[in-house]
Amino acid sequence: MIRVDVVYDVVGAMFASIAALSAMDRANARRGFNAAFWALLAAAFLFGNVLGDLGNGVLVLMLVLIGGSGRLGRSHPATTSEVEREAVAARHGPWLFAPLLIVPVVTVAGSFIFKAIRIGGAPLVDPGQVTVISMALGVLIALGVAIGLLRAPPAAPLQEGRRLIDAVGWAAILPQLLAALGGVFALAGVGRAVGDVFGHWLPLEARIAAVAAYGLGMAAFTMIMGNAFAALPVMVGAIGAPLLIGRFGGDAAAIGALGMLCGYCGTLMTPMAAHNIVPTALLGLPPGTVIRAQAPTAIVVLLANLALISLLAFRS
Amino acid sequence: MLSLLGVPVLLFGLAARLNPLLVVTAAAIVAGLAGGVPPFALLAAFGKAFNDARYISVAFLILPLIGVLERGGLQARARVTVARLRALTVGRFLLAYLVLRQLTAALGLLSLGGHAAMVRPLIAPMAEAVGDTYLGSGDEARSVLIRAHAAAVDNVGAFFGEDIFVALGSVLLIQAVLGQNHVVVEPIHVAFWAIPTALVAFAVHAARLALLDRTLSRTAAR
Repeated sequence: MIRVDVVYDVVGAMFASIAALSAMDRANARRGFNAAFWALLAAAFLFGNVLGDLGNGVLVLMLVLIGGSGRLGRSHPATTSEVEREAVAARHGPWLFAPLLIVPVVTVAGSFIFKAIRIGGAPLVDPGQVTVISMALGVLIALGVAIGLLRAPPAAPLQEGRRLIDAVGWAAILPQLLAALGGVFALAGVGRAVGDVFGHWLPLEARIAAVAAYGLGMAAFTMIMGNAFAALPVMVGAIGAPLLIGRFGGDAAAIGALGMLCGYCGTLMTPMAAHNIVPTALLGLPPGTVIRAQAPTAIVVLLANLALISLLAFRS
Repeated sequence: MLSLLGVPVLLFGLAARLNPLLVVTAAAIVAGLAGGVPPFALLAAFGKAFNDARYISVAFLILPLIGVLERGGLQARARVTVARLRALTVGRFLLAYLVLRQLTAALGLLSLGGHAAMVRPLIAPMAEAVGDTYLGSGDEARSVLIRAHAAAVDNVGAFFGEDIFVALGSVLLIQAVLGQNHVVVEPIHVAFWAIPTALVAFAVHAARLALLDRTLSRTAAR
């Protein structure tokens, strides 16, 4: 059975190559830091399963210290000029867009097809990871097509990939680090403690107060954790299930769905979320600009959600 | 209860504009130790959770492809494609992407968008080119505003579309969390109750894109 580890090996090989190219980049005065950072991330992907939990912990700490030191340099590998790009683009026309479409097509097709293929009774591809595996396959096919179409030199994918990942820099590991923080918070009982605060210390006798605490709590806790998925178990356990569903008899499906959507409003407003960090880095934007573009929508939708919970979950 | 100390660490670190990697790690250490987790068990738990979350960073696998296409003039080509459409405004163009993103997300096709796969190579340069066509060339502040809104549209469309699709992670998570609290729901009902918010979010953001057009026209006229 093909497991997601194959994809991790490919990603690890990519980061290892980027680390090697970084080490050889004489134009970057801080090449040592870049090389070490990407090499450690490569190790996490290539050897994560054999390092053990403690080994992975040490590896994360080293990544954090190098990334957090502010010493990562920005590389400028040789690429094409704007004039050259326009000339190449004029030659290929709309075909340039084709490789970009191959990725989603293969991802979607693969998700359906791989689930159906079984060899000797066992599935060919791990059913739980079929989307990630199909996406990686789609990227590799698209890359092959793009190189053939553009007759790019063999080193181009890695050098261009290095140009872009260096633009993201230390922020590249933040989404994964936030997931790790969620794991530690769960172990330390942060969710339970927040639930206790909301459940016992706030006066939630009135239904409207409970609705407000649930929806605003989802948004606030999501902003702190950077992720609505981490906030939902806490708020449903503290307020949603015992009060809104239990005491006030609300519609469980509506309360669950709208609670998650309140959390998404928090995601739109927090500097902790990967959904705001990655585009800020990839588009070269000043900090906070993406959140400022999203916040007014998020606040209005959050207030609308509170009204929708009151209206839709308590219809009778 | 002491484990809650991790939360003020996060808030203070963010407010003080310290490097988020250091802030997040400090919050994990404070929450873990204050919550009574022994140091080595804490380090192991941190390492295990980081390792289990590797699937998140697989998304960067697309960067070499995007880089090669950019090298071949993808962004230049994207700009040329929309520059011919004279009736377009920045807000209307982003609205079209919002419709597309929200509808495809509602059908479970989240991989059709994304900041690395779509916004950087196509949507952001196209939105800027649309602006240059009818507003004339602009300054860096306008470029930043347009690119930030291009990133925002992708998020709004994805977030308020995906919960309508029954078989995606979020609907299944809602069902599982309710199940842990001994409440049984059908995924189809959860997905159904995501529709009103999807409509509200679309209306609100469409109005904001209309406001964006007004802001852009006003600053360009000055």
